[in-house]
Amino acid sequence: MTVAASSCAKSDRDNAGGGGATNGTSSKDTLVFGAAGQPKLFDPAFASDGETFRVLKQIFEGLVKTKEGSAEIEPALATKWDSSPDGKDWTFTLRQGVKFSDGTAFDATAVCYNFERWYNFSGALQSPDVSAYWQDTFGGFKKNESPDTPSSLYKSCAVVDPSTAKISLTSATGRIPAALALPSFAMQSPAALKKYDADKVSASGDTFQYPAYATAHPTGTGPYKLEGQDQASKTVTIVRNPDYWGDKAKINKIVFKVIPDNNARKQELQAGTIDGYDLVAPGDIAGLKSAGEQVLDRPPFNILYLGMNQKNPALAKPQVRQAIALAINREGLAKSSFPPAAVVAKEFMPPEVAGYADDVKTYDYNLAQAKQLLAQAGETNLTLNFYWPTEVSRPYMPDPKGIFSIIQADLQKAGIKIKPVAKVWNSGYLTDVQTGKADLHLLGWTGDYNDAYNFNGTFFGRFKPDFGFTNKPLFDAIAKADATPDATQRAEAYKAVNRQIMEYLPAVPLVHSPPSVAVTANVKDFVPSPVLNDEFSLVYTSGQ
Amino acid sequence: MLRFVVRRLLQLIPILLGLSILLFAWLRLLPGGPASALLGERATPERIAAINRAYGLDQPIWVQYWRYLKQIVRFNFGDSIQTGRPVTQVLRTQFPGTVELSIAALIFAVGIGIPLGYFAARRQGGFLDSLSVVGSLVGVTVPVFFLAFLLKYVFAVKLGWLPPSGRQNVRIEATHVTNFFVLDGLITREFDASWDAVKHLILPGIALGTIPLAIIVRITRAAVLDVVNEDYVRTAEAKGLTTAVIRRRHVLRNAMLPVTTTIGLQLGLLLSGAILTETVFAFPGIGQEIFSAINNKDYALLQGAILVIAILYVLINLVVDVLYGVLDPRVRVR
Repeated sequence: MTVAASSCAKSDRDNAGGGGATNGTSSKDTLVFGAAGQPKLFDPAFASDGETFRVLKQIFEGLVKTKEGSAEIEPALATKWDSSPDGKDWTFTLRQGVKFSDGTAFDATAVCYNFERWYNFSGALQSPDVSAYWQDTFGGFKKNESPDTPSSLYKSCAVVDPSTAKISLTSATGRIPAALALPSFAMQSPAALKKYDADKVSASGDTFQYPAYATAHPTGTGPYKLEGQDQASKTVTIVRNPDYWGDKAKINKIVFKVIPDNNARKQELQAGTIDGYDLVAPGDIAGLKSAGEQVLDRPPFNILYLGMNQKNPALAKPQVRQAIALAINREGLAKSSFPPAAVVAKEFMPPEVAGYADDVKTYDYNLAQAKQLLAQAGETNLTLNFYWPTEVSRPYMPDPKGIFSIIQADLQKAGIKIKPVAKVWNSGYLTDVQTGKADLHLLGWTGDYNDAYNFNGTFFGRFKPDFGFTNKPLFDAIAKADATPDATQRAEAYKAVNRQIMEYLPAVPLVHSPPSVAVTANVKDFVPSPVLNDEFSLVYTSGQ
Repeated sequence: MLRFVVRRLLQLIPILLGLSILLFAWLRLLPGGPASALLGERATPERIAAINRAYGLDQPIWVQYWRYLKQIVRFNFGDSIQTGRPVTQVLRTQFPGTVELSIAALIFAVGIGIPLGYFAARRQGGFLDSLSVVGSLVGVTVPVFFLAFLLKYVFAVKLGWLPPSGRQNVRIEATHVTNFFVLDGLITREFDASWDAVKHLILPGIALGTIPLAIIVRITRAAVLDVVNEDYVRTAEAKGLTTAVIRRRHVLRNAMLPVTTTIGLQLGLLLSGAILTETVFAFPGIGQEIFSAINNKDYALLQGAILVIAILYVLINLVVDVLYGVLDPRVRVR
């Protein structure tokens, strides 16, 4: 392991420094990007966090991908796809002449090998943190080892011919094909997976040991290849894949440097030691812009909501939930605690998602009506505990304390007494909220892919202790919408679901917030993706 | 001397055993757990239960402790829950950074502290003395976090003289052999890389070294004041020895006894106390790793890192005691 770590850190000083333009557009051959955290592993099947995805997205490709700067999908390793009328069989026509970076061919056999690999995961690989997105999208496995794991949506994969693969599902789902744009479902070289024992994840004491494939030998078809990870300086380096089937990457080398502290990332950009960084604090945007740096907004593909737990009998009353929604000045909230491009949320998904309904019931700020509803409900002396997280900022919630303070003040104006409960994100906050201890809480979600189920299904598809309600008609409507094979009909079904949700009001949708990326003035063609699928191969730098 | 060293090493066993129990209990008493850290927003009670089952966290606590104990006696601290990397590997790659930083802080503290303390004592009541007393008081009371922020703002952000964070400019593409970056640059003759690593150590080194500096100044000053009034110094003066000889052989050597102990203790504290400095300067060392492990409830990594720090702390104390004997032969005789 040490050998791998230190060999990764080998110098390439002959190629270092400025100069070295390779294609007439690049003045620098290396781009350094500041990341908030380190990638966990390099096997996309085991990945589920943004920092890991950021690196893997450059090394791997899926059957489909998201369009640049959008959550819409477009062809990638599959040039076209089609589904059977019942939505259970998906036929993918594959791009020809594509090779993995180890020189082996990408074809239908490789596609089926990957799907069968995920479907046959066993032991530690069935842990929800290891195969998170397989379980989110396809449910379970060939042989489920836990009673809590649902049955699998995936049924089989057939090689029709070398450039055609047919994926069969047990029932239709709107998640396919959009979810296949996730790096977790990227195509990996079967030869490399076998060579480096990719599935040999074993429990060691109370932790897992991962194989060499996941730590050092990821092998995909993407425009970059992994050069190495230097643990001592917390960097991951990828280099241009000279055999890439498409347009070659414009910059030869990308270094992802882990700088956990937001302020330190900003200062490194200003000092010129990095060329860009993600998750710019809203308070830094104006300063960076005036210093001549570029601050680029990701199209907001997230939602921050105020959770209300109906385990509390007062919150089980619709009037109280409506009063809370009416008491919050969400316009003011969006303006004061979010980046300038933030917008008030009408429902629990951003407008880009198919199924977004423009005609849902809205709850515009109306303090008098809020008080009236509370009186009608007999809750004029209502006290609620309100959980908010400390020591964290999320893309959809850049300033939890500020957001909490504003909502608390609004609710107090309506006559609701608030008992604030501040807890550290990973030391009690998530656990308490997700086990139903909070009356009110702040939480949200960044969409993984463009499908309504990824929002509505995640929040309201079943009983969740966070919200404490069982609404069978709503649960059934979401499941039915997800299983509707026709895309147009599915969108209509989700519109109806959104109307139903906003009528029932299980929580208050607050704001869609655009996370920002900062890059120096000479970085060109960096297009932030709403689902964090930034394509570094298109980026170049102009003369400094 | 050998018996003394062996006895002290044997004393490590109950210390570490007790510490392992405390650590183990403390981590499990903290609210939250690895499952919610791993799953974040996508956690459900079923998934949390499944992860706890997969990692054996649903078993009785004494079963978990026994399993952990069996592991650590083989010097296997397990693997980081967050990254899957063996904890020993994390320690191997991250400790060199903290050691370099601690050495830089100690060089700053000792290099300035001993001369300052000595001259303050020699000119007791003078300007330098007053300055050192007030300065050391300020040094002890100013929070490291604030000082680090201030240093960074002035010398890195405003003046641009020194790098704001990190261990090395990644554009230099240095070769890392031992993960001691300054040393690596010398070994590989990449002197620019070595110099760059030194520049990255200056601000965090000063921030981290300020408290030890203040303590060393005060201890040195007090020790020198004690010694200069001893009979043997007066005797030496009466014998007609030169001032230089008296200062070197009689004053400094004797005054160094308490200072050595202080330096040793401070080095142990530096190794374990760099969390704030490493966080402010985004300096990838073990402190930053511990900070991230606390946030992510990475039990294995926390347990491993803290145990290793404890071992080092005890070993440093042992070295100090041995050194004490070298400086003061009377200790050996006893």
